Amino acid sequence: MRRVAVAGVGLTPVREHWESSHRDLFAEAALKAFDEAGTDEIDALYVSSMGSAILQRQLHLGAMMADVLGKRGITALRVEAASASGGVAFHEGVKAVASGLNDCVLVGGVEKMSDVLPGEVTSSLAMSEDQEYTAYTGVTKTGLSAIIHRHYMERFGVEAEEVAAFAVRGHEHAVGCPHAQYPFKISVERLLASPMEADPIHVLECSSIGDGAAAVLLRPAEEVEDGVEVASTAVATGIYNLTGRPDILTFDSVREAAARALDASGVSHGDIDVLEVHDDTTITGVISLEDLGFVEKGKGAAYVAEGGTARGSELPTNTFGGLKARGNPLGATGLYQIVEVALQIRGDAGPCQVDGAEVGLAQSAGGLGSTCAVTVLRRG
Amino acid sequence: MSVPRYWREIKYRYRLIGGACTDCGAAFFPRRAICPRCGSRDLEEYKLSERGSVVSWTIIRNPPKDYEKYAPYVVALIELDDGVRVLSQVVDAEAEEMEAGMRVEATFRRVREDGSSGIIEYGYKFRPVIE
Repeated sequence: MRRVAVAGVGLTPVREHWESSHRDLFAEAALKAFDEAGTDEIDALYVSSMGSAILQRQLHLGAMMADVLGKRGITALRVEAASASGGVAFHEGVKAVASGLNDCVLVGGVEKMSDVLPGEVTSSLAMSEDQEYTAYTGVTKTGLSAIIHRHYMERFGVEAEEVAAFAVRGHEHAVGCPHAQYPFKISVERLLASPMEADPIHVLECSSIGDGAAAVLLRPAEEVEDGVEVASTAVATGIYNLTGRPDILTFDSVREAAARALDASGVSHGDIDVLEVHDDTTITGVISLEDLGFVEKGKGAAYVAEGGTARGSELPTNTFGGLKARGNPLGATGLYQIVEVALQIRGDAGPCQVDGAEVGLAQSAGGLGSTCAVTVLRRG
Repeated sequence: MSVPRYWREIKYRYRLIGGACTDCGAAFFPRRAICPRCGSRDLEEYKLSERGSVVSWTIIRNPPKDYEKYAPYVVALIELDDGVRVLSQVVDAEAEEMEAGMRVEATFRRVREDGSSGIIEYGYKFRPVIE
């Protein structure tokens, strides 16, 4: 297998982009990645999108986006693994280059959510879960998070303020980030005064609706100077329905993907300078920190509340705001995380920069932790 | 909602039928093709317990499409007395009464309607047990 490097990255701000279609957004991110890499001679294209079939009534994004980029004759397809689509697409792109099958691969994620009413977004998010036995009950994606959130607080004696700290920290980190959707601080008091979305989860603990695209150009490492090397990637699934899991507060997919990615890269937890985790709600961020192996089970919320994930701490986490404050354009989100880790390692993170970042890890989750993609990047 | 898609699940949803492994005895809901515990393919249909206890719960305030008229409603993770866990709405209970450990039993209720001319879907919901 060949070593693979990130030759260029691109992203759009996460916004409600009323004047841009998903073609426009995808092209903007892709062209930036081409310009950075100094080439657009791709031989394969992986497009990640979770909701395009429902939110845009559009399938066949591989051929469509290849055409938008003026490419004919290349291998192109869409990758879908719910909100882990971006991380899973990246894993596939890395395999294509590592195997020697492709020499120049663009992995781009896009989601256009703001064209439909919020109720339709809620229904489409629940489509990541079992339609016949989970979504059928009328539970929402946030509702499932709420069930584990309440159980977490009861089992470990954790206060609402401690779990809420995850969102407060994300907003702190997003200040000054040009591509963040909500680059402003919120207080714990304001968060806890916001309406309930699905008790005990408040509206301000949930990621929101946003449009965006992010892209990464992959090439063999020996052809990229001063690049960011892909140390490893791993994708794992867990038990699909929450009801079938022996412990509802453990995401087996995260444990498995993290163990495999760290083992394959030879990187240990202590080597990670910057971390991006999947926080579509505060509790999923907390449980991800724990199941990635950075914090003991049950201690994650307190760890965050005590400052453990701040930019100046040992474990700077969600350094551009995470899903909560940077934004969560579903199928693109995993690629935003990977682009952000690459920017940190290159020293191009601007006001969000973590000094001396050389190794970073991004964790992307689909459904309520039923798919997990872990990517480890390091200075090339 | 497609009528056959609804009709196919009637037995399982109306009667709470899951699967059980004849080799290791594991029971689960919904049914699967291979036992998740021992890998056996010797599985049979299994009638779940109709009583259990609430493990954790939430109140859905921003519901998905077709559930708007029921909101807000409680959805709970319930551990049945045979150890199998199901997700279900809990009805006939005020949110203030909900707590972990609450005893509940299965009941048969309307779930959603497909507009004014489509089919009406029914299925299980749970309610508090009156001892």
